[in-house]
Amino acid sequence: MRLTLINVIVAVVIAIAFAAVNAAYLVWAERRGAARIQRRPGPNINGPFGLLQPPLDGIKLMAKQLTIPGGADRILFIIAPILAMFPAITSFVTIPFSETIVAKNMNVGVLMIFAFASLGSMSLLIAGFSSRNKYSMMSSVRAVSQAVAYEIPMLITAITVVMIAGSPDLMEIVRQQSPSILHWNIFPLLGNSHNILMPLAFLIFFVCTLAETNRAPFDLGEAESELVAGFHTEYGSMGFGLFFMAEYANIVIGSCMTTILFLGGWSCPFGLFPGVWWFILKLYLLIATFIWIRWTFPRTTIYGLLNLSWKILIPLSLANLLLTAGLIKVF
Amino acid sequence: MNAPIELRADETFVLNVGPQHPATHGVLRVKMEMHGEYIVNAETVIGYIHRMHEKMGELKTYPQFLMNLSRMDYLGALGYSHAHVLVVEKASGIVVPERAEYIRAIMVELNRIASHLFWFGAFVMDLGGFSPLMYALQDREHILDMLEAVTGSRLTYCYFRFGGLYNDVDDDFIAAARRFVPRMRKSLKKYRRLVTDNVIFRKRLEGIAPLSKEICRKYGASSAVARGSGINFDVRKNEPYSVYPQFDFDIPVYPQGDSLARYMVRMDEIEQSLRIVEQGLDKLPGGPIMPEKKPKLIKPPPGDYYQAVETARGSFGVRLVSDGGKTPYRLKLRSPTYSNMHLFDEACRGMMIMDALAFMGSLDLVIPEIDR
Repeated sequence: MRLTLINVIVAVVIAIAFAAVNAAYLVWAERRGAARIQRRPGPNINGPFGLLQPPLDGIKLMAKQLTIPGGADRILFIIAPILAMFPAITSFVTIPFSETIVAKNMNVGVLMIFAFASLGSMSLLIAGFSSRNKYSMMSSVRAVSQAVAYEIPMLITAITVVMIAGSPDLMEIVRQQSPSILHWNIFPLLGNSHNILMPLAFLIFFVCTLAETNRAPFDLGEAESELVAGFHTEYGSMGFGLFFMAEYANIVIGSCMTTILFLGGWSCPFGLFPGVWWFILKLYLLIATFIWIRWTFPRTTIYGLLNLSWKILIPLSLANLLLTAGLIKVF
Repeated sequence: MNAPIELRADETFVLNVGPQHPATHGVLRVKMEMHGEYIVNAETVIGYIHRMHEKMGELKTYPQFLMNLSRMDYLGALGYSHAHVLVVEKASGIVVPERAEYIRAIMVELNRIASHLFWFGAFVMDLGGFSPLMYALQDREHILDMLEAVTGSRLTYCYFRFGGLYNDVDDDFIAAARRFVPRMRKSLKKYRRLVTDNVIFRKRLEGIAPLSKEICRKYGASSAVARGSGINFDVRKNEPYSVYPQFDFDIPVYPQGDSLARYMVRMDEIEQSLRIVEQGLDKLPGGPIMPEKKPKLIKPPPGDYYQAVETARGSFGVRLVSDGGKTPYRLKLRSPTYSNMHLFDEACRGMMIMDALAFMGSLDLVIPEIDR
């Protein structure tokens, strides 16, 4: 396929649309999933299975007035939700869904996605500080210390995978895992590395994704029983809507990355019909796990959360990095 | 986890938790002086839902005041009316038929289970787990259905009368209660697996907010707050009333004094209440539910009467001073949550806000009951 400017623009728009639709419909999926876990029907009035709920919610939110509290920093207050949504959506551009379906592949895809992911916590900081609310401020302080603590093990684990693949290109990482399930980075019995600790690395990465996306049991930033609604306490209308959608877009990004880095992307576990459907299947299984975890576990404490990262996850991921480096040298 | 000791005034800020806040479960306000995430000082401010129940008690006749008691505590309403009818019966010398006493005990215990279930759900929700609330409410629903069929209301019952009851239980109720007991035991096992044995849950509660026996005595704490700190006090055992001496049940006591101990006490109490309900159903005698001889107008002779009962939230006492008239001279309501809550100010100093709010949840506060 010849890459013209038009082609790229169309592909990028499709990627962004995929992100937005996913963000909206994951709210529905989350509510239905929660309802199933809690033995209640959930949204089921608007449309079949309540499928019209997300667009109607969107219309409702857009029809509301965006109130800016007195004493708030107006410019930052308005920028923050946009800044939350923007990196989440832009990251989709580089995600390869299959050998051919990718809006714009980059040879430093891993780097770009992590760069955008750190931008996300910036928006929480701005939202918390600009809304001039003590709860928001406490929440943004928590969110940032959490983001700092969890980006480190996440990056170290990602670097381990990059080392195994020998390239930061997401396509290349998936190609290396393609032959069979035994080549997947989660249990790399064949392929470049023979590191038996990789399931642990997968677990570390998954926990970090939970923490990075501010999901339960690590949703300290919006711990509603203490901090009311955390950084978005003062937000109404679509400002709130954007934060809400950004959370789900981040979940999709996190699950996409887990799929690509550890679960072999679009490759089939048995080598049959590799393609985008395998990617989508793995992606939504991971997202379902996110929802399941959220409605099962209570929240951790802030010091428990930071201790987990600094005392357990970072040393473990570093040890794993060293072991992988050694193994790659040996084999 | 201790807060720094020396702090200048400009290093702290005041955080108003409430009167509208998800963790206070009602209109309670806590003024917290914070140093970052740590609480330097806290001051509970009450009175947002004061309804002058005590004054109303002086103005209304005894039967008129009866329904006020169930408006005090919307979760364990029957225990509160129980105290009132007991003190008026004691004052006027009304003898209650045995069947009525047994039915009262069964109803109060069912209501206690319902209250503890709601607390359990709300407490786990305070800690960030949502689903247990829904499971608990489903079990509570069975109790409310049973109580509704007999008493006519689901939350603010006016079921007890001076001398007996408003309505007799029917076979349907007895069958439903017998079905309920094993079902609840099964649910308790589920809660143990889902919540009590959860690592995150235990880490959030173990060793958090330890209360000493001294502080419990100082503030007059009762219920699970005292029993979680190793004080073996339960009005049902220590100052027996009604037919409780005829039941075989234990008082769960945990010596640790932390939030987990308070949680364990309440969960064990559900089991003990189930035992009482079971025995009550077995022993339930026949006969009338209202005494044959009862004064037309309730006018207790002049005197000072007091009766305490163990409600879901602790030791609730009614002091009745009568001057022989149609209305009491003074009606003092000693509400357990009022005492339980006030130790929060002292105990939460130096705690992190997360732990403090989990601690507040473990006290089982019902705000209308504090303010009366």
